[in-house]
Amino acid sequence: MNAPRLLYCHCAYAQVVPNEVKEAVLRKLCDSGVSFEAVADLCEASARRDPTLKRLADCGSLKIAACYPRAVKWLFAAAQSPLPADSTEVLNMRVQTADEIVAGLMEITVKPNLPTANDAAAPSTEKSVP
Amino acid sequence: MMLKDQKTLRVVLADSPSSPTRYDSMAALLKNGYAVTCSTGERPVSPADHSDILVLGNLEEGAPLAAEDPSRGVQITMRDIKGCSPEAVLALVESVRAERQAVKQGEWKPWFPVIDYDRCTNCMQCLSFCLFGVYGVDKNQNLEVQNQDSCKTNCPACSRVCPEAAIMFPKYKSGPINGEAVTDADLQREKMKIDISALLGGDVYAMLRTRSERAQTRFSKERDADKALKERQKCLVKLAQSGDIPLEVLMALPSPEEIARRAEEAKGKAAAALEGRL
Repeated sequence: MNAPRLLYCHCAYAQVVPNEVKEAVLRKLCDSGVSFEAVADLCEASARRDPTLKRLADCGSLKIAACYPRAVKWLFAAAQSPLPADSTEVLNMRVQTADEIVAGLMEITVKPNLPTANDAAAPSTEKSVP
Repeated sequence: MMLKDQKTLRVVLADSPSSPTRYDSMAALLKNGYAVTCSTGERPVSPADHSDILVLGNLEEGAPLAAEDPSRGVQITMRDIKGCSPEAVLALVESVRAERQAVKQGEWKPWFPVIDYDRCTNCMQCLSFCLFGVYGVDKNQNLEVQNQDSCKTNCPACSRVCPEAAIMFPKYKSGPINGEAVTDADLQREKMKIDISALLGGDVYAMLRTRSERAQTRFSKERDADKALKERQKCLVKLAQSGDIPLEVLMALPSPEEIARRAEEAKGKAAAALEGRL
């Protein structure tokens, strides 16, 4: 199996992603010796239809450290770079710890978790923590 | 605002993973709006496209500093960053960006609505509601966000008029507006739907208009500008507190006449879109 590509979002303009989580994830990625891609802010990249998003969406399995999977899915879609639902895993720096995020990124297996239209038709009864 | 037609620079950091400044250089570049590919050879990165490339690494003396990929029309620039501080790396990248006339990112706070099309029913309530022309429709009369930079920073008001919780602001503090999964409880909660209108007992703009007219009548009778200002502020504070709309957004609303004109225009656009879909 091909190792997934990794994308890290620095969420530069808001305090919604805890700084200590963002910084710890970035530091561990830098120290890990694995290749990864990083964007300053996924929202801005989406609004500007930055070619980085298309490059990543088009190249198969992908793990993304950013925020909620529903937001990430539609940010890519808004940039006309839809993510492959069966090979994208989003790790949520708003709710997960840095250790959980890094462990998820380093694992070769992708656990796809983008929401689907069926999820929208039948909303969950509990708040989800992806 | 779109980059698809502008020149972009892809920064590739290919220094040693053991470099003591790697994290600080990455952080400095990200804080200044750059997208960076950190390449070590372990794990793949995305392939080259039509963006120019700047490779930062530990170059041998005499190594070429430029190359070209004629098949893609891509210029590749190489720079040695051995011993460079993060500030020096940032300055170097900035100079190459300027030289390549690539676009600069990171100077705009990206606050805008993102539509969840798994939920959106194209009811056009958001298009009808927004006074700032953020929404529009595509050639098939489907709703889309067209002018992200016209959106008022930190204002999530349109998401509150969406009956399907389909409008997200990923930088918002709480769910489901921030993109968190939508629950049954969210949909049932009254405040998810037409919060602002309900708050004021009707159309928010009509209410503001009425308030303003009343205030104007009072001005003419009392000539008491201070009192009128207090009244307006009281109304706006109530809106801000209950609707979670930044006060500065409400204070920046145009005159009642202009609000009425824009609201009519937006409603007209929404009605035309709905008609076109029939």
